[in-house]
Formats: sequence, C-alpha cells, structure tokens
Amino acid sequence: MEKTKQQKAKDFLINNGVIIVMFVLVIYTGITADNFLTSSNLLNILMNMSARLVIALGIAGCVITAGCDLSAGRMIGFAGCVAGTLLQRMDYSGKFFPDMQPMNVFLALIIIMAICAVFGSITGFFIAYLNVPPFIATLAMMEIVYGISMIYTGATPLGGYVSSYTGLATGSFLGISYLIWIAIIVAAITWFIFNMTRHGKYMYAIGGNPQAAEVAGVPVKLTLVLIYMKAAAMYGLAGFMLGAKAGGASVQLGYGYEMEAIAACTIGGVSVTGGRGKVSSAVIGVAVFELLKASLQYLGVDANAQYIAIGIVIFIAISLDIRKYVAKK
Amino acid sequence: MAEYKLELKGICKSFPGVKALDDVQLSLRPGTVHALMGENGAGKSTLMKCLFGIYKMDAGEVILDGKKIEINNPDEAMAHGIAMVHQELQPVLARSVGENLYLGRFPVKKYGPIQIIDHKTMYAEAEKWLKEIKMEFDPKAQLGSLSIGQMQSVEIAKAVSQQARVVIFDEPTSSLSEKEVEALFRIMNDLRDKGVAMVYISHKMDEIKQIADDITVMRDGTYVGTWPAADLTIDQIVAKMVGRELTNVYPPRENVPGDVIMEVKNLTSIHTKSFRNVSFTLRKGEILGFGGLVGAQRTELMEGIFGIRGVATGEVYVHGKKVKVKRPIDAMNNGIGLITEDRRGNGIFGCLSIKDNVGVSVYNKFMKAGFILDHKSINQVVDDSIKKLSIKTPSMKEHIANLSGGNQQKVIISRWLANDPDVLIMDEPTRGIDVGAKHEIYEIMNELAKQGKAIIMISSEMAELLGMADRIYVMCNGKLTGEISDQQEMTQANVMSYATKF
Repeated sequence: MEKTKQQKAKDFLINNGVIIVMFVLVIYTGITADNFLTSSNLLNILMNMSARLVIALGIAGCVITAGCDLSAGRMIGFAGCVAGTLLQRMDYSGKFFPDMQPMNVFLALIIIMAICAVFGSITGFFIAYLNVPPFIATLAMMEIVYGISMIYTGATPLGGYVSSYTGLATGSFLGISYLIWIAIIVAAITWFIFNMTRHGKYMYAIGGNPQAAEVAGVPVKLTLVLIYMKAAAMYGLAGFMLGAKAGGASVQLGYGYEMEAIAACTIGGVSVTGGRGKVSSAVIGVAVFELLKASLQYLGVDANAQYIAIGIVIFIAISLDIRKYVAKK
Repeated sequence: MAEYKLELKGICKSFPGVKALDDVQLSLRPGTVHALMGENGAGKSTLMKCLFGIYKMDAGEVILDGKKIEINNPDEAMAHGIAMVHQELQPVLARSVGENLYLGRFPVKKYGPIQIIDHKTMYAEAEKWLKEIKMEFDPKAQLGSLSIGQMQSVEIAKAVSQQARVVIFDEPTSSLSEKEVEALFRIMNDLRDKGVAMVYISHKMDEIKQIADDITVMRDGTYVGTWPAADLTIDQIVAKMVGRELTNVYPPRENVPGDVIMEVKNLTSIHTKSFRNVSFTLRKGEILGFGGLVGAQRTELMEGIFGIRGVATGEVYVHGKKVKVKRPIDAMNNGIGLITEDRRGNGIFGCLSIKDNVGVSVYNKFMKAGFILDHKSINQVVDDSIKKLSIKTPSMKEHIANLSGGNQQKVIISRWLANDPDVLIMDEPTRGIDVGAKHEIYEIMNELAKQGKAIIMISSEMAELLGMADRIYVMCNGKLTGEISDQQEMTQANVMSYATKF
C-alpha cells in the first residue's frame, strides 16, 4: 500500500515534471529578482504569449493529425507585411502605397486571414489528396510564401501604422490588452472546435488511426485540408497581432516561430505521433516557454545561453511525455 | 549422431486469455521435410516463433543435436543454425538483393579502426549462394523489383548462406505461382540431400503429399501425433486436423432468411492475384458465412465491396439498386457496415475513449444547430450500448486500448449498431477473443439477424463457420469455389474440399 502511494507520487512528479520545474523557477525568480512577480510584468508576459498561443493553437491541429506545419513562420511574416502595407498613416513619409487610404482594420484582418487560408488549403490539398508528407508540403509552402513576401514588399521594412491598428496592442479592456483578449477568444473558439464539432473529433480520429478513420467513414482528406486551412488563417491573425504589437513589420517577422510553436505544443502534451492533445496543452506549452524565457532574462542569463536552456527543456519535456505512453504497455 | 536433429518437448505458451500452446512436441530427423499441419489458429506459427526466439516460451525445452539449448531471440537461433522463411516476408524492398542477404552481417574490409563494407565480396558471395539454390538473378537488383517467389528464394539463399541446418518454412507457397512452387520444391529437395532438417507449414494437401516425409498434426494448441507422410491419406490428415466434437458453444438460431438484400455480380479486383469474378447474394435476416483458407482473398473481397480496396469490374446491388462505392463512406450511405479483421490496424482508435470510438461514425446524426455536437444524445447512445452489449469498463471515458479484445470488439460492434446498417460484414468477428466473449458476440449476431439485418461473417474457424452460418460460400485463391446451403451438407470435409480446390 505504502509502495503504491510512493509510486503514485513518483508518477505525478514525472507526469507533471516540466510544469513543476517551471513553478519552482518562477517562484525562485520571483524571490531573487525584484520586479518579476508584478502585475505589469505578468501582463507583459501574457502579451508576449498572446500571438504565440494563436500560432500554437493553429499548429496543434496539424500536430494532432501526426503532421506539422513549417510554413507558419513565413506565413506570419507575410501577414505582418500585408497588414503593414494596408494600414499605414497617410502622413507617413515612407508609405508603401502613397495614394491609398488606410483600410478598415477589420477588413484588412479578414483579407489577410482569407489569403493565408488559401495558402493553407493549397498545402492541405497536397497533403491530403496527393499524399505529400506534411513536413515536405509545408516546407514547400514556406518557401513560396517567403518568396511572395519578398516580391510584394521588395524587402522594405514597414512602419507608420494608423492608431486604430497599433491600438490593438496599446489599448486594453478591463486592464487587459486587446491582444490578450484576442488570444483568449481564439483559445475558446479552438476549444469549441476541438470538443464540440465533428471536425474536431475527426481530427483526433485521423491522428489516432488514419486507416480506421477511413473505414469508419471519416472524410479524412477534406478534414486534413480544413485543418491546414484553419491553421494558416490563424497564422495570419498572429502575424497581424505581432505587427500591431511591434508597430512595424518586415519579411523576417515570425521567422522560426513555427519551431517554437511545435515545441510548445509537445511540451504541453500534444503527441507528435498523433491523436493526443488539448487546447490546454498548447496553453501550458506556450506558458512554459514564455515564463522560461522571462525568468532566464530576469536571472541575468546570457541571451545566447537561453537558447541552450530552451533546448534542454525540450529534450527533457518530450522524453518525460513520451514515457507516459510507452510505459503504459 | 542423435536420431533427431532437433527436438521440441513440452512447449507451452500463453497469451493473455488464451493458451496458445499446451505441451506440444516436435522431432525433426536430419535430411527430411517435416510437415506441420493444423487448422488456422492451431498454434503452428506460434510454435515456430517460439523455436525461433520471436516469442518466449513459458515452458518446454529445445534439444539440438542431443544437447539442450536456449534461444532468446532470432540472432541466437541463427547462431545455432536455425533459419526461418517467414509467412510474411520482412525484406528491405528498397535495397539490393545482396544487401538483403547480408543485412546485419555485411562483409567488411578493415583499414585499422575503420571498417568499410566490402561490396565486391558481398555481391560475389550473394551470387554464389543464389547459384547454390539454382536461382540466377542479379544480386545487385533492387529487391522490390523481384516477384514474391524470387524474394522468397532470397530468404532461402540467406538461410543457406548461414549454413542453416534447420530451416522453417512458414506457409511459403501461399502467394507463389505454380512455377515458383516447383522451384521452391527443387530447392527443398536439394537441401534434403544435404541433410538439412526442414519444417514445412502449409494448408495445401497435395503439396504435403508431394514434399513431406513426416507429418505432425496440431489442433487447438495441442499435439495430436506424428506419422510418416506415406502412411496417411489426405482424408486422414484432414480428419486428424479437425477431428473434434463440435461443442455446443453456438447459441440456437431461428433465423428466417427473407428477400435478397444485396447482390454482388462478377466483382473483380484491380490486382490479378486477388478476388476474381465473385458473384453472390445475401438475404435479409441471414448469417452468410464465408469460408476458406488464409489467403483465399475473402477479406480483400469484403474490403472491395466496402470501398477500401480497388475494384476493377463488377457490380454491387443493395435493395435491387446498383450502388457505386468508391470510399467507405459511400458504402455506409448505402447501408453497408464492415467490422474489419485487423482490429488494431484499422478498427480501433487506441488513444481515444470508448465514447469517441463509438461516436466517430455517427457524429453526423447527433448535431445541434447543424454543427454543434449533441454530447448528451451521444452519451445516451454509448451508455445504452455499453449496457446492451455488456461491455466491461469503468466508464465510457476509458481508453479503448485498456479493454480486452472481446470488449474492444463489442465497442466496434456498438459503433456499427449506432450507425444502423442493413448489411453488416464481420471479418473474423471473434479473432483473439476468449470463449465467453465469443459466445456473447454470437448471441449479438443472432439477435441482429432476428431483427432482419443481413450479416456476412468471414471465419477461418471451421467450427464457428459451421455453427453460426445459415449458408456458406467457400473461396479459394480469389475465386468462389462453392456454395453450401443445405444444413446437411455443411460439414468440415465439404468446406475443406472447396477451400483446397486449387
């Protein structure tokens, strides 16, 4: 009896190892660094999390079907640039379209998300109907989108945004930035899709066993296309948010974010072998990532050494996570 | 020199819920072909896998040349000179013949600490061994470009090159053409002359008479006996294989077959070696059995009807209307359901809950406002079927992977009941399921037939086929070879004779 209790405690520690270590690190940082655990700093961390979470939630859908999406980062850059060109002030000297009135912010967002969705559905089409492995298909789309961004902007950095656009980052509701609200709403919608719609259930089924899904009458191909389309629309939104936050954009915006998003998802418990993962997994994963970065920064760890720390966390987190499923046999 | 090259004594092996081997013995004389016979599931392959170290035996001993040995894995088996030509070949298709022959033991050239694979020696040796078994093809050819028969001879060459003294052939001819079988037998005769002891597993009676010296018969995981092949007729072998009283595990049936509900006409696969020109009818309220040996293409036929496999020509009619099935969803929309043979492979979603496993096919039917899942109704359906089929589980949230085989199968049946098809195809519905759960599944099948559903049951278990089916079709090598509708005619001998037609 005593032993099983010990065993249970051990299992708990291992199953939640990353989160526990995170908590310890946050508390330690809070004690040693003065202004880490202040509401303004925590809000700042949440703000950093917001766009990252939107990306991770998009990529989570792909990962749950045992896929991935390497085009996310470039898609974000594209979205940021398009938003920039459409939403510059008339009086800004380096305006990209000097004679064009700035567009309505929401209209611009919808246009950007729609274009990204088209890109995503093309990727999805190749994955679902032409059986191109997701890794390769999204790699191809990554290159294409980057090329389009470069041609569209001529590699010029963009700035001088209208206040209604930058207001997304500076303005707040109930003391919480609009960007954070957007992330919360996206998380809620994603939760709804994952749990309350056929599409979500089909997604888990395809990730769990694609052959069985086909036999059970799941529209496997269509579902895959929708997943990549939806994910791309979310990258569009994330790029839009990042542009607002930075007040500017270049084609390099979002570069490498896809890797961090995939890592965050897996740290939170989305299984790369498919079929497992929740919205909370993405939230936890992104939180771990951002808290880690912030803590290390506050502890004065060299910026380059932070990369090493992040790599180590990924190694440990995924080994522990995989262990849960392997040990079950 | 001992009288026997290899002896297996008192081998026992249990899998969860099943005793697969119970005190089985086998004695191989050097320079002979020993046929190991038995129905599907009699334990032949299990015994060989125990010998070869793929499975760990629970009890029993292996005696090679009079000395007791222990084999824990295939490497050790090969080190003892035991080789196996697998039922399902496991070659590396994308690499060359030579590389496959020497996989894991490549000849190397040493330059100090650096070892480099000696391709020249490897291909020369490979060519030599292929010649040894009188198979002359290019050892540099990609393995995937060969026919299955040629691939098999590569496996045999591998066994020969390892100087194997005991070679196990596990149903080597099930996918070979006649010419390839001849070539195989010639190789086996050569090996026999060299004193190699061989175990030969096959269902084809005429082959056994042609090649075997001794015959050992197994039944339900037990040893029946060993005889010189010359002393037994084919009928006697069959009698020993199936010679058991049919115990009354099959619930009484009162099915009243009604009108024809489905008709299949001249269905032919896109693959030449699969089902050809199959025509049959299915009536309301009947359980239609499909018998045959492994490899008779029954599964392929059903998967063709259900849209998983490609169909070149032929038609399927449901309720007198021609249906076009390209994908499983089309079959489902026409009232056809399929419970697949490979439960783990394309039946269950191991990492999902019971609820999701049942729900996946019926989410269409339970929607609020057109897109929101009606979890309450779905829970109701799942809960009902857990009760109705007495699925043993703490809750519907339990992962299906944690259930026993029988309970998993009941969950799959629930999925289809929720979907309410008119025709339910059940491919080996009781495979890997313990006796108690089998009985429950039989009762469910009878209940469904009573409700007027039409059931197609593929079964390789003779007793099950005879005990459950109202009518039986038998297939052999992709063709429908016989129909047995008279209850009096439904005997093991009749099914067997159709199943081994050619």
